[in-house]
Amino acid sequence: MSDRILVKGARLLGGAAADLLLADGVVAELGTSGGLSDAGARVVDADGLVALPGLVDLHTHLREPGREDAETIRTGSQAAAVGGFTAVLAMANTSPVTDTAEAAERVHDLGRAAGLVDVQPVGAVTRGLGGEELAELGLMHRSRARVTVFSDDGRCVADARVMRRALEYVKAFGGVVSQHAQDPSLAGPTACCHEGELSGRLGLPGWPGVAEEVVVARDVMLARHTGSRVHVAHASTAGTVEVLRWAKAQAARDGSWSVTAEVTPHHLLLTTDLLGSENGGYDPTFKVNPPLRPQEDVDAVRAALADGTIDAVATDHAPHARHDKEHAFVDAAFGMLGLETALPVVATVMVESGLLDWAGVARVMSSTPAAIAGLEGQGRPLEAGQPANLVLVDPAATLTVDRDRSVSLSRNNPWHGRTLGARVHATFLRGVPTVLDGALA
Amino acid sequence: MSAPPTEAAEPAEPAVPEGRVVLDTGDIARALTRIAHEILERNKGAGDLVLLGIPSRGVPLARRIAERIQDVEGVAVPVGALDITMYRDDLRRHPARSPQPTEVPPGGVDGKTVVLVDDVLYSGRTVRAALDAMNDLGRPDVVRLAVLVDRGHRELPIRADHVGKNLPSARTERVMVRLADTDDVEGVWIE
Amino acid sequence: MRKHLLSVDDLSTDDVATLFATAAEMHDVQRRQVKKLPALRGRTIINLFFEDSTRTRSSFEIAGKWLSADTINIAAKGSSASKGESLRDTVRTIAAMGVDALVVRHPASGAALQVSQWVDAAVVNAGDGTHEHPTQALLDAYTLQRRLGGLEGRHVVIVGDLTHSRVFRSNVKCLGKLGAEVTVVAPPTLMPSGVAAWSADAGFATSYDLDAVLPTADAVMMLRVQRERMSGAFFPSAREYTVGYGLTRDRLGVLGPDVPICHPGPMNRGLEIAADAADAAQSAVLDQVSAGVAVRMSILYHLLAGED
Repeated sequence: MSDRILVKGARLLGGAAADLLLADGVVAELGTSGGLSDAGARVVDADGLVALPGLVDLHTHLREPGREDAETIRTGSQAAAVGGFTAVLAMANTSPVTDTAEAAERVHDLGRAAGLVDVQPVGAVTRGLGGEELAELGLMHRSRARVTVFSDDGRCVADARVMRRALEYVKAFGGVVSQHAQDPSLAGPTACCHEGELSGRLGLPGWPGVAEEVVVARDVMLARHTGSRVHVAHASTAGTVEVLRWAKAQAARDGSWSVTAEVTPHHLLLTTDLLGSENGGYDPTFKVNPPLRPQEDVDAVRAALADGTIDAVATDHAPHARHDKEHAFVDAAFGMLGLETALPVVATVMVESGLLDWAGVARVMSSTPAAIAGLEGQGRPLEAGQPANLVLVDPAATLTVDRDRSVSLSRNNPWHGRTLGARVHATFLRGVPTVLDGALA
Repeated sequence: MSAPPTEAAEPAEPAVPEGRVVLDTGDIARALTRIAHEILERNKGAGDLVLLGIPSRGVPLARRIAERIQDVEGVAVPVGALDITMYRDDLRRHPARSPQPTEVPPGGVDGKTVVLVDDVLYSGRTVRAALDAMNDLGRPDVVRLAVLVDRGHRELPIRADHVGKNLPSARTERVMVRLADTDDVEGVWIE
Repeated sequence: MRKHLLSVDDLSTDDVATLFATAAEMHDVQRRQVKKLPALRGRTIINLFFEDSTRTRSSFEIAGKWLSADTINIAAKGSSASKGESLRDTVRTIAAMGVDALVVRHPASGAALQVSQWVDAAVVNAGDGTHEHPTQALLDAYTLQRRLGGLEGRHVVIVGDLTHSRVFRSNVKCLGKLGAEVTVVAPPTLMPSGVAAWSADAGFATSYDLDAVLPTADAVMMLRVQRERMSGAFFPSAREYTVGYGLTRDRLGVLGPDVPICHPGPMNRGLEIAADAADAAQSAVLDQVSAGVAVRMSILYHLLAGED
């Protein structure tokens, strides 16, 4: 069992300072600052730090099994802990694909063995991510892994009939389908640059925003028709935000179905111009799916995150071995690292600008994603008796990102060299410190 | 790609050279007249003669010699230009130089007596390059060399057949030729 | 001049003038019996082609050989992520053999730029995906300049599949640099995305109507249209394309007899260009090919002859 830990003087959700005594995996006592005795407890000085519930990432690629040279469940868990996370949902596009109960249990068990964050597998919607036959959704849910979120992420469930059936089927056990919205006839496999002036000039295959928006629009109608839950992964355009705003109003009125959405840290800050010659040009570090969008879209997704149209921030952490990025831009792998930098990015973009306060950050990075994923012990309020999953953030510190100091196995870090606001100081998983003083405990 | 257009200039050439005048306009005119006569004498007339100037200042010198031959013999000797930029052995040591035009007179050089004309003979490397360039143009019967100034310090076994003025010089000195055709002033300076 | 030639953007207007002046000298050399110059003796140039192109590869090969460089052709296979060797490994392996220049053709946009970041050799872009083909643009402009006596203020019309054309992208930059007025013509589906903002910024005009712009053309450049594009629903049929955008016999009649007709080749006779136009006295197609060698000699000379 864990030691008793006394966190002294942390500002809960950025508000009043308090002491928290962590024992037996829970917040045993909560008292006014200086009000709790440190007898028999290890003291963590949290003066000036903000305490948030442990972060929950709805969208992580851990690469194990299959590409352990890029990331493993252990190294991905380390990166998550350093980033302040206590739970991550591991996407299904591994090799083999997480499309059976056995595969899901293996990911789940490797995560528990690493013990740094709760690794919750996402199940594939279709067998082998093939987009045609449903994977064994029910068996995955009944397994030890209790899979609740299903996604073919990396690919879109493009066939409307298959998407409809998946939405219907998961109703039986309260599941949710997380959709990678990309109409493959409008944005095919080579599409890699936001379609616009820059893609025209660079001669890169365009990935138009409408390829996302038509799928989001279709899926919310299917969710309404089936009375089910759909989740929009990595929403990236102003058009998607408009559709979501309309759909959420409908769902709230009807009460029988729901739509939720996430946005990535990179779509909150980075823009298409990073592919242009002012930045060297064609740098595959900035190749991601969906692609980086122009500033108008970035502004729209920020506003949507602030007003709740977008529910959560999810990293889409996508580690890649160096040699998979050292190709011509069109041929290089999609994706960028995100776990270690997510909170500093959100602090920079949303908190410093006043779009969100720290309670808002806790909502979009912890409680709401935990609720969407059905993770009962995560995203709980910082109250006595609740699981002691929390993160201490230094809001005054800044972080200049150095990709070589990452604990991820991969180096495809788009934040390299940038200075971001706020740093993760400590992370606790059920009362056990996983990170202290910004480093793995 | 800001290469100086002429092969002579390493530091920028001053428009009006400093230093001591060793040949003035009149000296140059007399030297060229003498060279024209020597060429005719050696060739026994103007038959099959072709003058090829090495750019940049060898070209107007060749033209002036041809004018004098015309005055003496009444024959228009063909004059051309032979650029040697691509044949230099020190190409790699400098930023790439732009080539100057090579103009071969209509009759070509095969079977002719070609007189190469240049302003200054120094190391002999320019003439070596010119002989290589000539080799790719055709096969003259005879090739001769005429220069306005020979300043010595040969690095190759090359000598001139016709010399306007022998000018003993130190390697540290600079010899500068200016011609009214290409420059604002005319004369030869040593500095 | 910069170390590499990756894009027309790498060249100043003075650079272009210098390249053209040298190309003119090289052009004269082509008429000699002995076409070889010793300028690049001892230099090694590798033509690294990840995409077939007999014509561009041969043109570079002849250019290198006439400058006495050792010229070697390598046909490389492209590979996508997680399949085989990375592009970086491929080019570093080849460059490690001791190469002075890599002439790179690759089906992916930006590939030549990326290669230049990985090797010490000078890199010449011989066509990267649908991005740029700077040596083609230079030879086109050189050809037109000789035909028209200058490009300043002349109206050049570029017609065809602009979306997929690297020739178009390099040509608008190069012709613009030389003061030409450029109009690009294509059906809306073959206009590159964002062309409205791009053309406004770069100073060229766009049109869907070939017949409206042809009467004021001082030169016409027809681009190849691949028949495969029909399956991508870019246009309904070859017949409809020809009627709308082909240089037909009727349109040839609208052009003055001195208006040069360019085509980067290979031509689809009967599709984008009628045989009458391709073979017309004013066709500059063969001039382009011979200028191609001279211009590439000039480029290789200026990139490689100077200081190590």
